[in-house]
Amino acid sequence: MSKILLQGIWCSFESGATPLSPIVHTDTTFVIDVHNITKRYGHHTAIDRVTFSVAKGEVLAFLGPNGAGKTTTMRILTCFMPATEGTARVAGFDCADQPLEVKRQIGYLPETPPVYQELTVAEYLTFVGRLRGITGPKLSSALDQSIGRLELGSVRHRLIGNLSRGYRQRVGLAQALLHDPPVLILDEPTVGLDPKQIIEIRELIKSLAGSHSVILSTHILPEATAVCQRVVIINKGRIVAEDTPEQLSARLRQSEKVSITLKTCPVDCEMKLRAIPGVLNVFPGQAGGSFLLECELGRDLRDEIARVAVLSQWGLLELRTVSMTLEDVFLQLTRHEDHLSEPPEAAVSMVVAEKTEA
Amino acid sequence: MTPVQAIIAKELRGYFVSPIVYVVGAVFLFIFGLLSYLYVGFAGAQAIQLMQMQQGGMAQINLNDLVFRNLFASMRIVLVIILPILTMRLFAEERKLRTFEFLMTSPIRIHEIVVGKFVSVFLIYLGLVGLTVLVPTVLMLFSDFDWNPIWTGYLGMVLLGALFLSVGLFASALTENQIVAAFVSFGLLLTIWLIAGLGGLFGDTTAGRVITYVSYMEHYERLVRGLIDTSDLLYFGSGLALMLFLTHRVVESTRWK
Repeated sequence: MSKILLQGIWCSFESGATPLSPIVHTDTTFVIDVHNITKRYGHHTAIDRVTFSVAKGEVLAFLGPNGAGKTTTMRILTCFMPATEGTARVAGFDCADQPLEVKRQIGYLPETPPVYQELTVAEYLTFVGRLRGITGPKLSSALDQSIGRLELGSVRHRLIGNLSRGYRQRVGLAQALLHDPPVLILDEPTVGLDPKQIIEIRELIKSLAGSHSVILSTHILPEATAVCQRVVIINKGRIVAEDTPEQLSARLRQSEKVSITLKTCPVDCEMKLRAIPGVLNVFPGQAGGSFLLECELGRDLRDEIARVAVLSQWGLLELRTVSMTLEDVFLQLTRHEDHLSEPPEAAVSMVVAEKTEA
Repeated sequence: MTPVQAIIAKELRGYFVSPIVYVVGAVFLFIFGLLSYLYVGFAGAQAIQLMQMQQGGMAQINLNDLVFRNLFASMRIVLVIILPILTMRLFAEERKLRTFEFLMTSPIRIHEIVVGKFVSVFLIYLGLVGLTVLVPTVLMLFSDFDWNPIWTGYLGMVLLGALFLSVGLFASALTENQIVAAFVSFGLLLTIWLIAGLGGLFGDTTAGRVITYVSYMEHYERLVRGLIDTSDLLYFGSGLALMLFLTHRVVESTRWK
């Protein structure tokens, strides 16, 4: 940062009265700025030219199947390992050149909660605070605050080694929040928690939005929808999509889908449904009497479908639009990627069948 | 409290919560006591022989030569075996329990971690060595001897121990398996010991002198004999610095894997 500033000043000296603005790059809107980072382990490329940024106060979800490169990206951002190529900046500091500054800005929860089993919760958090240079009354108030936030009061003086997985995860989170960092990087923060705790942690993360920038990785898709403003889907080290959860599903929707359930369904009902103008396809559902109708994009045919059903006296029990869940988006995107790089499963099985016949 | 102090405090706490310090401490003190008892016993037997030969006159035996020099010389092998057990957990455990990533993403420098861990185990070792001063103190009540070579012997034991601990710390940074860490440092320490024999094979040539200098044997022996030579102090100081530096490099290199 200072280097750039100096450069700017130097340039202004050289050229007289030219303004600093074109040279000084102070993009304060993005707290995390990742540009084209690549990480290779030998010949294996873990992440490939990943670029994204996180604005101040934004919560970003990192979605991807196991081994997609989520943890590697987080490790580069937290300066645990350097990127092979590309630059990552946190709060204006470069991860490669100013690791200590970057580390001060970040609260990090790794995949496995980084707890010392031989310490009690209070001792552990005290140790974490001291490592971060917090001392005296500041430390004890930070301690009380993070213990309160994660409801660890009842286990405050117990050895971490004797705590359950869920408590350890919460101690790990308390560690990340202790110094109230502007940036939080959470690798699967809700793993090992029970449903009630998961909701509490999600509420906590939501409450952090606005004042903190958060990146969290997950493969629980509703979590991303529940907590995050923006989703980055990563697969095989590449970003395959980046948008809000709603827009992602809208973008990938190729047709409107309507689900109906009928009390009686004569043989001709599927044909009649298909005959409604605008209906592209009709799929019988699993339960008898239920159908999934694919309709033209941008047309709401519920009114028409209801009219046909009532006129034909099928006994309409249910009628609703089906929106694409993030789960569908995710599967579609990651599968799509598979098709590009690998032969489709069907083709493989055909080859196998031919071989066995021969 | 600075980050280094925080690491020292945490490591000390870890040692005293686990049984390692108690077991290692008990064995160390027991062996030290047993060796003292044996050497005092030998000295006593020699005194009785001398008295019989001199027909009733009081025999003067030198406890410095008969007891303490032998005792300090024997402690070398005890330290080679015991100290790797004290150091094996320092980095290996962090890596096994995944707290290593937490340490490396905390805003502290690697050398602060290395120094903190070394100082913590060194303090424990100093405590154990301090307890053994009981033996010469008790012997002082019954006989007369020169304390000066005993203090240099202790200085030797402290310096030798510091070197061994730094080798153990280095070995611990190499692996996430504590047993492997202990064996690697055990192997390294024995090798540096045996290098002295290799130097002997070369005789009094430049190569022989250089090889002998690398081994801790003659440096330690001089201190036990009561000689304080700056070249010996330099040997222990530079050896310690080298091992801590290598540990730093190994820890740093784990980031690149």
